[in-house]
Amino acid sequence: MSANLRRGSAAIVGVAESDLGEVAAGMSVIDLMAQGVHGALADCGLTLADVDGVFAAAGQSRMPSTALCEYLGLKPRYHDSTMMGGSSFMTHVAHAQAAIAAGLCEVAVIAYGSTQRSAGRKNVAPRDYNPYETPYRPLTPASAYALAASRHMHQYGTTREQLAQIAVAARQWALLNPAAWEKEPLSVAQVLNARMVSHPLTVRDCCLVTDGGGALVLTSAERAKTLRKRPAYVLGVGETISHQNISSMPDLTVTGAATSGAQAYTMAGLKPQDIDVVQVYDAFTITTLLFLEDLGFCPKGEGGRFVSEGAIAPGGKLAVNTNGGGLSYCHPGMFGLFVLMEAVRQVRGECGARQVQGCETAIAHGNGGVLSSQSTVILGGASAL
Amino acid sequence: MTDSSSNTPARLAASPLEQYRAFLARGELAFQVDEAGRALFYPRVAAPAGYRGELRWATSGGLGTVYATTFISPKGEPAYNVALIDMDEGFRLMSRVESIPADQVRIGMRVKVRVHPAEGDEGPYPVFDPVETA
Repeated sequence: MSANLRRGSAAIVGVAESDLGEVAAGMSVIDLMAQGVHGALADCGLTLADVDGVFAAAGQSRMPSTALCEYLGLKPRYHDSTMMGGSSFMTHVAHAQAAIAAGLCEVAVIAYGSTQRSAGRKNVAPRDYNPYETPYRPLTPASAYALAASRHMHQYGTTREQLAQIAVAARQWALLNPAAWEKEPLSVAQVLNARMVSHPLTVRDCCLVTDGGGALVLTSAERAKTLRKRPAYVLGVGETISHQNISSMPDLTVTGAATSGAQAYTMAGLKPQDIDVVQVYDAFTITTLLFLEDLGFCPKGEGGRFVSEGAIAPGGKLAVNTNGGGLSYCHPGMFGLFVLMEAVRQVRGECGARQVQGCETAIAHGNGGVLSSQSTVILGGASAL
Repeated sequence: MTDSSSNTPARLAASPLEQYRAFLARGELAFQVDEAGRALFYPRVAAPAGYRGELRWATSGGLGTVYATTFISPKGEPAYNVALIDMDEGFRLMSRVESIPADQVRIGMRVKVRVHPAEGDEGPYPVFDPVETA
């Protein structure tokens, strides 16, 4: 994807969450997307009349970009409902950058919504039946990540305590984020002693189940300079898939982030040590660990030791998932949009108590399915161009 | 327009899944191999990229090694295992190790296949026992 895209040719200029947590009765996925779009346009000073590209994905809507266009009264030149689970939105950024570069649109909105908490999870996302997996009753997706954790623990000596450190760090960040769902501190012992979901992962190793949504506005670098907020330029993008079902993942300790991340770094002309803040899709504690390794922040197998002793918590050596992540901020089912939103806000310097000082570059990594689809976006402020 | 036979492939008489289940009904765990002898699982109608030529069916000797493992303890039900098994022929599948407590299944454990018979709407499927107790 990234081969012919020009570094910094587009920027994210507007971001907004919809209602989060548990939304009002009867709110629809498209209601939440529309809240996000109106908010993100207000954030950058554009209006619906400026929008000529629409991207959307949702687990509860079969044709989300079409539904959103009807709701908002839009007839965009370009629209796209590409569905790759939680990585969809990083892929939308890459595809929107390409569409803008090709002249197919100029102002694109990227939207998401989910009411999985208020509607009840069983009502919102029926899983694909797989005759080679379903008879064994894995808890999808948790058991797939548990299998990956078991393999990492076996191969590298990673411990449940080290995984728990990731949940604790996420909680510490969440306590600095007024929008976070979780409001109370969390200890390693609480993570370890929580209800076991699929061994070795307890409910505190697993992402939240909330409602929520939001939107981003992406436009050309030229147009971005004329708008209200500091642009977060798209410096690099990368995408790959390694499998769909966990039984077809070649090596459970190595994700496609190693490939998508390398593509994004190459396009951006940056290395892991050049990145000021790291936002990765933390569906489970093991997910954060795998992505820190595969995106080059520590060597393969060292993730457990790397995250220990508060290294990724506030005040640690690397700022990771500063909004509190899917583990403690919100998780409506496809968290990738929120990963991007926090990366943008850090580059803008809007994060208040959790702001990483002097943040000029951010990596936003999305995960779809069961470590299946991987998409990476690197953002930067004007000084990183 | 008069003769569509040249661009209409012959209809498959049985799906890959039904052929796989027919092997299981005879007590055999089947997989596919390509012309270079490379093993493939799950069964498909044609070879994926990276495989050579036509696929043919083969049957496993039934021995494998636990590659990854987890267990789930539903409220009011016994715990059960979910594992990925690397078969000696070079393919991997999801399955369940039985005959020992679900939390005693270990990565690296040698296991042997057994067919769990069809029940109601569910077709037969392979499960495993540790080799030591099989």
